[in-house]
Amino acid sequence: MMSSGAERSAVEGPRSTALPVTPRDPSTALGMTARLEGELMEISMGPQHPSTHGVFRMNVALEGEVVRKLKPVFGYLHRNHEKIGENTSYLGSMPYTDRLDYFCSMTNNWAYALSVEKLAAIEVPERAEYLRVILAELTRLQNHASLLGFLLSDMGAWGTPLMYAFREREIILDLFESLSGSRMMCDYMRFGGCRCDLPPGWMERARKVVDAFPRFLDEFERLIVSNEILIARTQNVGRISGELAINAGITGPMLRACGVNYDLRKVDGYGFYPRFKFRVPLGDHGDCYDRLMMRVLEMRESIAILKQAMEQLPAGPIMNPKVKIRAFKPPAGEAYGRIEGPKGELGFYLISDGGPNPYRYRVRPPSFINLTVLEDLCLGHTVADVMVILGSIDIVMGEVDR
Amino acid sequence: MIGSGVLNGMAVTLRNFIGSYFEKDRLITVQYPEEREALPENYRNFPFLVYDTDDAEAGLRCVACKICEKECPPQCILIVKSEDKKPDYMGKQQFYPQVFDIDISVCMSCQICVEVCPFEAIKMDKVFELSRRERFDALLMRKDELAKSNTYYHAIHPLEAAEVDANLAAAAAKKKPAIEPRPTPNATT
Repeated sequence: MMSSGAERSAVEGPRSTALPVTPRDPSTALGMTARLEGELMEISMGPQHPSTHGVFRMNVALEGEVVRKLKPVFGYLHRNHEKIGENTSYLGSMPYTDRLDYFCSMTNNWAYALSVEKLAAIEVPERAEYLRVILAELTRLQNHASLLGFLLSDMGAWGTPLMYAFREREIILDLFESLSGSRMMCDYMRFGGCRCDLPPGWMERARKVVDAFPRFLDEFERLIVSNEILIARTQNVGRISGELAINAGITGPMLRACGVNYDLRKVDGYGFYPRFKFRVPLGDHGDCYDRLMMRVLEMRESIAILKQAMEQLPAGPIMNPKVKIRAFKPPAGEAYGRIEGPKGELGFYLISDGGPNPYRYRVRPPSFINLTVLEDLCLGHTVADVMVILGSIDIVMGEVDR
Repeated sequence: MIGSGVLNGMAVTLRNFIGSYFEKDRLITVQYPEEREALPENYRNFPFLVYDTDDAEAGLRCVACKICEKECPPQCILIVKSEDKKPDYMGKQQFYPQVFDIDISVCMSCQICVEVCPFEAIKMDKVFELSRRERFDALLMRKDELAKSNTYYHAIHPLEAAEVDANLAAAAAKKKPAIEPRPTPNATT
């Protein structure tokens, strides 16, 4: 089981000394008497594990059933995204951004469009900004809904919650399909606006979806929130302090679950978010349960934003006519555009040397950076909890490995 | 009371199960190969080439300007421009693509080729059942497979095609037309 001197091994150091048992060791709390003393077993979870949300591997060192060390192994889905971005035109990178976090292509598009707009100082028409807000919030709804489904699926609630979540997600994806032509790879936004205007009848359908969504949320909450099994599995599991979260660069719902009030929609006020009234839900304990509830509460706020945005949506052009998408050459300089994606701060850093391709193209993916604290979250918990913790971080491997 | 949360959840599943028989928005699946849902107007899958009239060779709108080949992000288009000019269906001398291949196993359906085409010659198709038994080359579409009539384009994207035809007619009315006006799709059979 042990490989001495292997750099990628999770187990390091001499094995003769017995490992100290910390007070938070749940195995003692569970009253398990027969436990492997001082012997670590190293197992490799993934990359073909059904709960790792793609191809992701963890080298876990276990003492009995308790995680003592955990080393994540990335890169199975590496597709050279940033280098491709440096070799294609600014327009050509837009469809590739869909494939980063393939659940939230609309927000990826927006983040990239925002940084190009910053780089070339492009104005965006009012209607396009409203459409972006509407689509980003719809994306947030479907991302959070499917995340809750996946998380419950990881906990052993096979099928049912996931199918309910996917049913709602499907309706939103139908909206995306009728607008942009594709369910997941929308490729809808362009620098200086959006690609095409709403098809006839779209807004009425979207209103119906948004009006019907609270019913799903109420039902879903009744399904999970007070469920004793869920509470036992998530409360006090994978706790993270606000201080550690800030130091590790965690963003998004995971940071807010620790009680840190940091939402780029409020902090940066990009797009037209300052025009809308919404609250930022905050957690208290920073455990899996708070992270899960954070998603439920955020969906409610997203619905509030959607209703305001749909009411205020003005008529007008959706594309800045001065921008030519082909042979687009922004002036030399650099820009960092960031938005509050459903998973956290999604940023694109671009350096232009005045040519048709970016000189440097860098993505700041929220799930990758949120994943860096995985070991701190998992230490002292059982193997079964690792999956719950991983699920509550909300990762998409397309974005982590790029 | 312990267990009430679980029972509450069970009530929700029961409600969904019974509701799926009566409420349409609780049962949204269809039995795919037998039942099919209509695709939305904007649905896009893979590109095809539009030709006017009945002649797929002379009516092809593409003049092999190679812009789509250059802009295609995954580089799935191959165009070989003709050496000579041939008369198109209006009798105007035009270059034409000697070879126009799209490897749709590489294509990622981003429709950038459609956006950059100045001649409205390439559009997105709606065909999606394209699995092949062969391993190589079966999804490499040649010019004759890609060429589809304007009538077909009107059938799959009615609103967009009408707009395109109006734009082309307006461009033709200007002093330097991008391409010659063409008969309305109803005139073509």
